This record gives sequence, structure tokens and C-alpha cells, in this order.
Amino acid sequence: MSLLAVHDVSKHFGGFTALAGVSLEIAQGERFGLIGPNGSGKTTLINCIAGALRNDTGSIRFEGAEISRLPAYQRTRRGIARSFQIPRPFHSMSVLENLLVPLQYVAHGREEEVFDILKSIGLADKADTLSSQLSQVELRKLELARAMAARPRLLISDEAMAGLSGAEVDEVLEILFALNAKGITIIMIEHIMHAVMRFSQRVVCLDAGRIICEGTPASIVANADVQKAYLGA
Amino acid sequence: MKYWIGAGALFIAAVAAALSPVNEYFFYAGYVVLTFVVLSTAWNILGGYAGYVNFGTGAFFGLGSYSAVVLFKALGAPLAVQIVAAAAVGAALGFGVGMLTLRLRGIFFAIATVAILFIMETLMMNWRYVGGATGLQLLRPEVLAPFGSYTRMLFVVMALLAVLAVSVARWVQVSWIGRGLRAIRDSEEAAESAGVPTLRLKLFACTVSGALMGAAGAPMPMYLSFIEPASSFSLNWGVSALAMPMIGGTAHWIGPVIGALLLGSIQQIVTVTISNEINVLVVGVLLVLFVVLAPDGIVGLFKKVLGRK
Repeated sequence: MSLLAVHDVSKHFGGFTALAGVSLEIAQGERFGLIGPNGSGKTTLINCIAGALRNDTGSIRFEGAEISRLPAYQRTRRGIARSFQIPRPFHSMSVLENLLVPLQYVAHGREEEVFDILKSIGLADKADTLSSQLSQVELRKLELARAMAARPRLLISDEAMAGLSGAEVDEVLEILFALNAKGITIIMIEHIMHAVMRFSQRVVCLDAGRIICEGTPASIVANADVQKAYLGA
Repeated sequence: MKYWIGAGALFIAAVAAALSPVNEYFFYAGYVVLTFVVLSTAWNILGGYAGYVNFGTGAFFGLGSYSAVVLFKALGAPLAVQIVAAAAVGAALGFGVGMLTLRLRGIFFAIATVAILFIMETLMMNWRYVGGATGLQLLRPEVLAPFGSYTRMLFVVMALLAVLAVSVARWVQVSWIGRGLRAIRDSEEAAESAGVPTLRLKLFACTVSGALMGAAGAPMPMYLSFIEPASSFSLNWGVSALAMPMIGGTAHWIGPVIGALLLGSIQQIVTVTISNEINVLVVGVLLVLFVVLAPDGIVGLFKKVLGRK
């Protein structure tokens, strides 16, 4: 059975169709890439999965249970965690406290756990720093760390690498590979092609709210529809 | 533990003062200052911790006063019953306001709370039983022993409510609820995706805040021996309840207490020495100064100074 099964999901904003009947399945432990031009519906889709938006039609099943009517916090408690495209730290809190929120509300774990996460993600020396004073790459890492503190089984990384330098991209990629090796299923949304192609086992390309192609990274790059969607006819 | 010893000592001091031959005016003014301690502490639970700015403190306060008057007039209910009932009514209104946060955030929420204030005032203005727009004269019952005057007794009652309000605010701040509310203030979306049940916490904060504001309003009619809608539902309650935590500091429970004691005392002094109208000006000027120069209030200033050492 697949970990996440999205079936025929649509979402409209007024007259604009952001998602038009998207269906996809993600297996336990998979590294899944979601690509598409700007405005193609990637973030809308993961907002529907994570619960920030409610889909108009269709079903979303996580570990076999329908979740599309649950509030976001309950989906997090069931094991879906996300990072935000534009980092949204709890800016009045330290890095440590940022992680204590999901630890306290979801994982009910001990504080040492948070230190382990910070260490594994390379933020251990920033534990007591106010999150409003972090650099861009540190903020991206904090997004991932905070998602991890909820002990997810599915991690959705929404453009965690946008705006980072080459070395920083590699650093974040390493983190995601390491998390996947621990058994966490990962959906990566990314514009940095070499990163998403290197990371993903399977890639889906969205355009105008529809899946235009699905396959291995190599087959996606070679696909004529994908090239058309990105570069125009 | 230290907190409870301090709170107990302060309360005992208030009782001792009320039984001593201190000038009556001290209690007359002190009652109002303590009312502001309750109001600003209550405001801060929603406005300071969760970041939802409520301009409608007067709606809760006034409704508390009117609940007390209705109970007093209809049943001759004792003051304790009036206060509990006013807290319940305030809590109910708070829950309703909490439902508004489902759709309204930021400035839109703030405007809605002002609207609620005007709705409440209009309702009471048109209710004959409680005196309509002209108000109602109230005859105070006998003062309870061992207090020498009704004002002294109300001073002690309000001191008790202040200790209660501050204790609740402190508990909320240090508990898991406080961390969740801070997360909501920083980013509601991120809080929700970090597993925080945002709606439930907001409803909780609104209800508790409303209950305390309602309770603070209950003894007011007896304090004045009079009730009328314009002053009960004055926008000034809301402005003061907002300005005091801002000046004291919104992040910590002590902030609204410092702000209320400071600003409330200054207001009382200004009222006596200069005029009642200058009051509002003082609040306004201090608020502007603090927002510009010390956005984290007096508590924030303290922390900065201590941090530099």
C-alpha cells in the first residue's frame, strides 16, 4: 500500500483553476520530486496535502486513512510535516524553542531529542540564537529541523534550496539524503534542476494544475512536454 | 513558590491597608488602578501572547457591569455571585469573539472588536430595565464586616481579582499553552503545521481574557453607585488596556502589571492635579513614546540593560 495517495484533487481560487484533477501515489521510503514552472500548482498541491488549504474535490489518503478534511495540525500529528517556501520561523523564539513547539505539541519527546536534530542538521551551535537573527541558509535548515521535530513519516520540502549557493545546496541535499536513509519519505519541490534530479527516484511535472509527465529523472529531462512547459513552444 | 509568597504578601498588605486608617481617597483611586491591572493582564493574554489586538475591552467590561446590575436588581444577588456571573458572560462573549478569529486577522480583527463594543453599548442604551441611556442609580447594600466602608471592601475585592488574573496569566505564559500562543503570534500557518491546534488555543485565550474582563466590570456599578452605558462601554477602557501592556511589555506577565500600576497611578494623579481630560493625552503620549523608543516595553528595557552587562 502506498504511504500517500492523492486522487483526482482539484482546487479553484475564484475562476482560477490551480489544480485540475491531480492524482499521484507515493510509496513508503520514496524520494519524490515535484517540479513545474511558476504557478503550475506545486505549492497548492502540497498545501492541500499538508492541510493549509482544503481541496475542492478528490481524496487524499495517508497510510490508508482519508485526511483531506482534517485541520493541518492533525495531519502533522499523523506524520506529515512540511517546510515553508518562504521561511516562517517563530521569530520571537530561539532556534531551540522553535523546535520545542512541535516536540511539545506532536512528538511529546524529551529535549535531548531536539539537540540531536540540531546536531544532525548543523544548527547545534545556534540553539540559543534568536531565530530572527539567522542567515538565509540557517533559516532553511531551521524549517527542516522544525519539521523533523514533529517526527514525521512524510516530509514535504517546499523549495528548501531556493536562493542558496552551490555549496549550501549540497549541504541541504546531504541532510535530506540522510533523513531519507532513516526511512522518512520525502517530497521535494524544487526549481534547482540538478538538485531535484540528483535527489529524486521519481519525478512528476505539473503544468497549469495538471500532471503532464511522470517518470525517472532522466526520462523527465528528455520529455518534450516538460521542455515545452519550461521553455515555451 | 516565590511568586505565591509575593502575591500572598501583596494581597495581605492590601487587606491590612483597607483595615487601617489610611485616607479613604487612597482606596477610591487604588480601586481604579487595580481594575486596570486586571484589564491589562486580561488583554495581554490575547493581545500580547497571541498577537490578536482587542480594542473592545469596554464591551467585556461594560457587559460585566451590566450583568452584575441585572442580577442585583432582579435577585438582590450578593457581589460574589455578580462577579462569577459577569465572568461567565464575559467568557461567553470571548468565545464568540474567538470564533471571529477563524476569518479575521490583524487589523480586521481589531476593527471587529470595536464593532462589538458599539453593538453592546447600543443594546444597553435601549434596554429600559437597566435604565437605558440615562442609566440607573444603585443603592449599595450594607458593607460587610470587618471593612469600614464599601470602597475599602471593593478595593480588597479588586485586589483579589488582580491576584487571580495575574496568576492565570502567569500560568498561561509558562505552560504549553503559552508557547503555542507565541507560535500563533509569530506565524499562524507555521504554528498549525507544527501541530499547534490554533483555533482551540485562540478560543481558549479569548474566553479566559473575556472572563477576566467581565469579572473586572462587575463591582464597578457598586463602586459608582450608578451605571450608564456611555462610560461603561467607553473606548477608553480598550485604549488603556492596550496601552498598559505595551508600555510595561507584552511578552511577560509582569509587563501589564507594571504598565497598569504606572499608567493607572499617573492617570489618577493627573486627574486630581490637572484635569480628567489630560488623562487620555498622557496615555496617548506615553504609548507613542514607548512604541517608537522601546517597543518591548519596560520589561524589554530591563532585559536589554541586564543583557549588556
